[in-house]
Amino acid sequence: MSAVLGHVSRRRHHDHATKGVTLDQRVLITGNDAVGAGAIRAGCDAYFGYPITPQNELTAYMAKHMPETGRVFIQSESEVAAINMVFGAAAAGKRAMTSSSSPGISLKQEGISFLAGTELPAVIVNVQRGGPGLGNIAPAQGDYFQATKGGGHGDYHMPVLAPDSVQEMHDLTMDAFDLADRYRSPVMVLADGRLGQMMEPCAPSIRQCKPPPPKPWALTGANGREPQCIRSLFLEEGVLEQHNLRLQEKFRRITAAEVRFEERATRDAEVLLVAYGTCARIAKGVVARARAEGLRVGLLRPISLWPFPTDILAALARRVRGILVVEMSAGQMLEDVRLAVNGLTPVSFEGRMGGGVPEEQTIFNSLSDLLKPPRVARTRSRR
Amino acid sequence: MSAARKSSSGASSRGARVLAARPASLTDAHTHYCPGCGHGIVHKLVAEALDTLGIRERTIGIAPVGCAVLAYNYFRCDVTEAAHGRAAAVATGLKRCLPDRIIFSYQGDGDLAAIGMAETIHAANRGEHITVVFVNNAVYGMTGGQMAPTSLIGQKTLTCPDGRDVSTMGPPIRMCELINTLASPWYIERVALDGPIGVRRARRALLTAFQSQVEGKGYSFVEILSPCPVCLRLTPGDGLKFVHDQMIPAFPVQVFRKEGKPL
Repeated sequence: MSAVLGHVSRRRHHDHATKGVTLDQRVLITGNDAVGAGAIRAGCDAYFGYPITPQNELTAYMAKHMPETGRVFIQSESEVAAINMVFGAAAAGKRAMTSSSSPGISLKQEGISFLAGTELPAVIVNVQRGGPGLGNIAPAQGDYFQATKGGGHGDYHMPVLAPDSVQEMHDLTMDAFDLADRYRSPVMVLADGRLGQMMEPCAPSIRQCKPPPPKPWALTGANGREPQCIRSLFLEEGVLEQHNLRLQEKFRRITAAEVRFEERATRDAEVLLVAYGTCARIAKGVVARARAEGLRVGLLRPISLWPFPTDILAALARRVRGILVVEMSAGQMLEDVRLAVNGLTPVSFEGRMGGGVPEEQTIFNSLSDLLKPPRVARTRSRR
Repeated sequence: MSAARKSSSGASSRGARVLAARPASLTDAHTHYCPGCGHGIVHKLVAEALDTLGIRERTIGIAPVGCAVLAYNYFRCDVTEAAHGRAAAVATGLKRCLPDRIIFSYQGDGDLAAIGMAETIHAANRGEHITVVFVNNAVYGMTGGQMAPTSLIGQKTLTCPDGRDVSTMGPPIRMCELINTLASPWYIERVALDGPIGVRRARRALLTAFQSQVEGKGYSFVEILSPCPVCLRLTPGDGLKFVHDQMIPAFPVQVFRKEGKPL
């Protein structure tokens, strides 16, 4: 069972960070710390955050390590203030980031819409917890819709990356800064409380980040050039529509180039699991057990939730007898899976909410149902 | 680029003496502001301060949500928009990342004292090295004349048609006094555009505020009582009278904090 990490368009191997790393280069850290380490390695110039569980380790990490290297750290008065401080830092041409958990991410949505509308690059980390409302502080995946469908007001998307390990918490945070600058867009790292809190070996020293591209649009003072402005207000007739059409064109470019996923044991799979983040970790256990029992089960793990790996899923849907989506939600990614599959094969769902985590046995039982030989349809000879 | 500067240089070449010209920090665009509105005057005074201190090319302004959102059409410096009320947070992000630039926010009463109260107070309390230009006209102008946090007791607006009732709406919030309770600010002054003397005081206050930032002293806050005759349903002349007769008694015009010390 070899894991294939890659793009839909170009099936290239992801430069997996731990490859060739010796044990002494690896450190045992929490996922939240790994995000902080990745951000600092990526050249994050400014971090703004407000306390909320289960991401507090990240804010504490940044409070300690950002000033050490002469960078900006502010504990803001609210999540709203934090995202708007990010806006200011991004307008200045700096690499800026904020992090929070579900209720706090809701508060940031207006600011994220402004970042999308003004095309300012920034990284937002959501270590999801149970909802709705104050919910609880247990891991959940109930913010998928909010993250991938726009979240704030107006027609926009932002790239959403979903790690499933502490290593990926680190690596995808670095990638998020590159994506943000490449497309002048907010980018979200969508994790959950389990990924944030758990400890795993992580090799933070192996990856190098690209230097940020030049940012001629940044506000640095009109010294030797004409004044510039950062705006999302376009009152003149038709201008806002043109702006939106240009944004949509950018979203198409991102969709064409930035789809990421991991395939596991899909080549001969009869039944396909689709899961991301924590649920993908559990699904990997299910795949291993199923294969040990001779059951042909595979896994597709979306790494980019937007853009969603629609094409590969559609291709796999033609080959399998059924798909089982596993989420810590009532079935949110499920809708994107159904759109991609478009009726080619049955799609069923296994999920829990409010901090519940689907268990391997439960998923395995659902899979076994899908793998049963198809029942012969009873002919209705009589009315 | 600006017509004013072209004409002034043209005039001086003919040996004439220029008595008044558009500040170099303003564009030659016609503003969209209503007759009798104070924004045009405040824009000019801010621009004069940038000119006097020679800081236009290292200044970044933050435009509010409200009538002054289009300030970037008028100031010849870098300007960003901000979400409603969040100018102080945006200013914080800019100034912390670019500490050698001059950062000012330009905000109205709804933006600064209602939706943006938390950002305003906390930026002041952190002593951010920014300059806040607070235009208080006692009403929401852009949206047509609703009650502002600074509307006067008894003042009639679209959303308090029988007048502001203290028992249910509270009295107007005095921002200078509120910010003056904090330890960090360096300079706080309230001025009023009620006539030529008030305008001269406002010019001096803005210059002091920007000068403080240039010298790296700290947070400066200038509240400018300003007429909005259209939303107050007044003539431009009566708008000035409203500022003088109604607003000044409710909002005392004075220096509250100078060189970090309360007066």
